Amino acid sequence: MTEGLLTATGVVVEFAARGGAVARALDGADLQLASGEIVALVGESGSGKTTLARTLLGLEKPTAGEIRFDGRPLVHSTRRLRALRRRVQLVLQDPAGALNPRHTVYESVAEGLRIHRLVEADPQGRPETELVAAALASAGLRPPESMFLRYPHELSGGQRQRVLIAGALAMGPDLLVADEPVSSLDASIRGEILALLLKLRDELGLGVLVVTHDLGLAWNIADRVAVMYLGRIVESGPTEEVLSRPRHPYTRALLSVVPETERMEPVVLRGEIPDPTRIPGGCRFHPRCPALADGTADAAGVADACRGTALPVLSADVEGHHVACHLHPGED
Amino acid sequence: MTESEHGPLLSIEGLSVTYRTGAGEVPAVREVDLTVGRGEIVGVAGESGCGKSTLASSVLRLQPPSAKVEGRVLVHGQDVLTMNWGDLRALRWAGASIVFQGALHSLNPVQRVGRQLAEPIELHEPALARGTVDGRIGELLEQVGLPAERAASYPHQLSGGQRQRVMIAMALACRPDLVIADEPTTALDVMVQSQVLGVLSGLVAELGVGMLFISHDLSVLADLCDRIAVMYAGRVVEMGAADEIFTRPLHPYAAALSAAFPRIGDPAARYAPAGLGGDPPDLRSLPPGCSFAPRCTRVVEACLAAEPPLEDHGAGRSAACIRVGES
Repeated sequence: MTEGLLTATGVVVEFAARGGAVARALDGADLQLASGEIVALVGESGSGKTTLARTLLGLEKPTAGEIRFDGRPLVHSTRRLRALRRRVQLVLQDPAGALNPRHTVYESVAEGLRIHRLVEADPQGRPETELVAAALASAGLRPPESMFLRYPHELSGGQRQRVLIAGALAMGPDLLVADEPVSSLDASIRGEILALLLKLRDELGLGVLVVTHDLGLAWNIADRVAVMYLGRIVESGPTEEVLSRPRHPYTRALLSVVPETERMEPVVLRGEIPDPTRIPGGCRFHPRCPALADGTADAAGVADACRGTALPVLSADVEGHHVACHLHPGED
Repeated sequence: MTESEHGPLLSIEGLSVTYRTGAGEVPAVREVDLTVGRGEIVGVAGESGCGKSTLASSVLRLQPPSAKVEGRVLVHGQDVLTMNWGDLRALRWAGASIVFQGALHSLNPVQRVGRQLAEPIELHEPALARGTVDGRIGELLEQVGLPAERAASYPHQLSGGQRQRVMIAMALACRPDLVIADEPTTALDVMVQSQVLGVLSGLVAELGVGMLFISHDLSVLADLCDRIAVMYAGRVVEMGAADEIFTRPLHPYAAALSAAFPRIGDPAARYAPAGLGGDPPDLRSLPPGCSFAPRCTRVVEACLAAEPPLEDHGAGRSAACIRVGES
């Protein structure tokens, strides 16, 4: 197994909840990201996907487990995280809220360059204006000079998202972590931003981790998909495999409720993801599992295991299709 | 509200809404015709700034007083735009109500949701006993799939999906015939969205209300609605049966919206997200001819001459594009 650029192994993140309870937002998550690869991390709200992304960025400290970057374990000190924070860039959802309304586009993009002293470090000795212009142009804002003095309120939603991406690109990153990069954008702009992510991968060899609940987005751009449920990855593999031949009942349910998916009968799960202070025993999905409810698991003779036997953490191996489900033994 | 014998539940006729701003006049809605019948869900699709939310607020005359409004908005045959205040008050909530997006910000954070549901009921029917109101609140919550005990919760104790259900329950509080839903599921994730859409279509089927449903997501509208109107720069550019619009759009803009959400499993969409270049036009200075022409891939010289009218293409289908029907 080759090691990715950024690797999470058995990561556990716990938060103190009210009344002394402990919420396990991540409960043994394994994930790998290589440069030049687009991975979609999908799941409902509360699945832990954003916590995993934040942990990979060094923004949350794991309670247990390990994050490795470039072959070395992550040390959570400000100084040691500096390189990571340049090379792995976060692109937030809601570009309207993420940009400072009183900063021009130029200032927003140049801020990171100044913090990381990248102008002084530029091998070609280019001035700041040139680096900012290059980042804006890579993000598809052309001509870049015309954007310099614009304020966020003067821009369309798509342009604001491009400015955020330009700010990330100015750092010369190896990886982008994009949290719901298109969920607040109009349908018409969505395709443009996704095409930009693909272009950046092709031209700059960037790796991209896209955190999203949008399976259509994953189908559009991702090489691999990892499906999260209650702090753990329950299915992962190449996009075609996972989305065309889903095995885990949770993945199947998520796919079936995508509007206008005609080939599947919608399986609307009841309720929401359980409280992470009380992760169900056995398979964590069993209280909502349609395959357990409709007797499929019983017929396969695994119903007791679903209720009582915990499943192992899925391997982060980038090869193959992995699933953590008693109905699919030996596929982890 | 009495049931009208003439015409549909909601009939919008030649509606134009122009905002007066410091920077000039903004024609947000231009000559829109639309009807919604009982038990029918009509979708309005389009991107930010296309006028769909202005259209929604005009139905209850919620647009700012400075706006210039022309045309007619008939609810049960009565014109909302010229109605006196007393009738308008009676219409809001009891005749027609709105579910807004962003339930987090629409609920009062320091009041139990049951109290918030009671408010419109008590205002419209002051004679009702407290016990009757409480019973009604329990029923409303159960209608949207929440246990009646949730009435005692504060908004922060509910999840996003549950809060959105409370908003729907509130819209139903005074038993309106017409519900206007403005992007009610946009902030929700797929599973919760699907639960909320299930509640809405169940209510329409069960209670026979009419619904105007506004969204930028054509795939959601195609699943939920009977008919869809696609709006661009304040005008309806295509109208027809929901499935038809999504699977066989006529107008190039409708086609772009339809392609924006890929069919999972479609090999043509792999590594090929479909986008639409350019930005929507500045409404203060619309381009000559067809407003969509600057972004259109099928544009020809004649498109720039005049704004194409919404033409009938049979079977309830109409489109405003001179290239439709060409082979």
